[in-house]
Amino acid sequence: MSNFLSNSIFFGVLLCLLSYQAGVFLRQKTKIAAFNPLLISIIIVIFVLVMFHIKFEDFYKGSKYISFLLTPATVALAIPLYSKLTLLKSNFKAIMSGLIAGVLTSLISIFIMSLLFGLSHENYVSMLPKSITTAIGIGVSEELGGISTITTAVIIVTGVFGNVSADIVYKIFNITNPIAKGIGLGSSAHAIGTSKALEMGETEGAMSSLSIAVAGIITVIFASFFAKLI
Amino acid sequence: MRFIRQFLIILFVSFLGEVLKSVLPLPIPASIYGLVIMLALLVLKVVKLEQVEGASMFLIDIMPLMFIPASAGLIDIWPTLKPVLIPLLIMTIVSTVLVMVVSGKVTEFVIKLDNKEQKEGK
Repeated sequence: MSNFLSNSIFFGVLLCLLSYQAGVFLRQKTKIAAFNPLLISIIIVIFVLVMFHIKFEDFYKGSKYISFLLTPATVALAIPLYSKLTLLKSNFKAIMSGLIAGVLTSLISIFIMSLLFGLSHENYVSMLPKSITTAIGIGVSEELGGISTITTAVIIVTGVFGNVSADIVYKIFNITNPIAKGIGLGSSAHAIGTSKALEMGETEGAMSSLSIAVAGIITVIFASFFAKLI
Repeated sequence: MRFIRQFLIILFVSFLGEVLKSVLPLPIPASIYGLVIMLALLVLKVVKLEQVEGASMFLIDIMPLMFIPASAGLIDIWPTLKPVLIPLLIMTIVSTVLVMVVSGKVTEFVIKLDNKEQKEGK
């Protein structure tokens, strides 16, 4: 059977859809916020691949057609952003302050913890772009002498963790403004956080979409300076 | 038929993003160029909202699915990851929460400050 599954084109996409649906079902039934559909679907997919000895590349043969849509979907983020453009203009100063503060917090916290854990230069610079979208992050990491597979991994873990924890974090720290919630999610957890922000509301989604682009570019500017520190 | 034109516009902008990426020497991906181009086309009224809205909402709706394949791909990177797993995981979690809280709080604070200034100004 695993031989058939390895050759199937639709299996990969089907597995993604099914496991995501299972995650949605679980959260609706249990009403437990920690049952995040994205996290659950990733766990189910990895479990099935390991269980049936399916190679990742065989799974990816079909599921890459979903990933293919990521660029057009990011382009489509311009639409929620456009409909909130007046809100963006009237809060421009606050939004830019939030984004710059977010990027600096990311870089400084990675720097301090890398010192504490005694990380090598390669691992340190691989971590620096952890809060920005994969395509920019890998470019930054490679340019600074990092390991792109580690960067990919931390970016994904960051995104999924941000997506899962946002509700709880905002509750604990009493962040209620929709603009602030969107900026927080987008600057900490890039596109994966943005899919959570879009769930929260239109304003959250629009602000988070903006953050992917702006926080990414600010990180590019500051990262080369931080890279020299370790 | 309207979805053909909607997807045509979105994919054409994605393609333009790819062109910009190959021409400009910046570490910015095609998708971000595309987002900026699409926003500019909407602002300049070259593209009307209803000409792209349906297909865009569809793509945004299914966006979480698009992160599953790459995330599952972590099993392939596992050998590289294993020796540094614990520090990287702690750093990722702590830093992500810090960034979320600081950027959210700063944004909220400046909004309140602006509102106060506006009221006093009046």
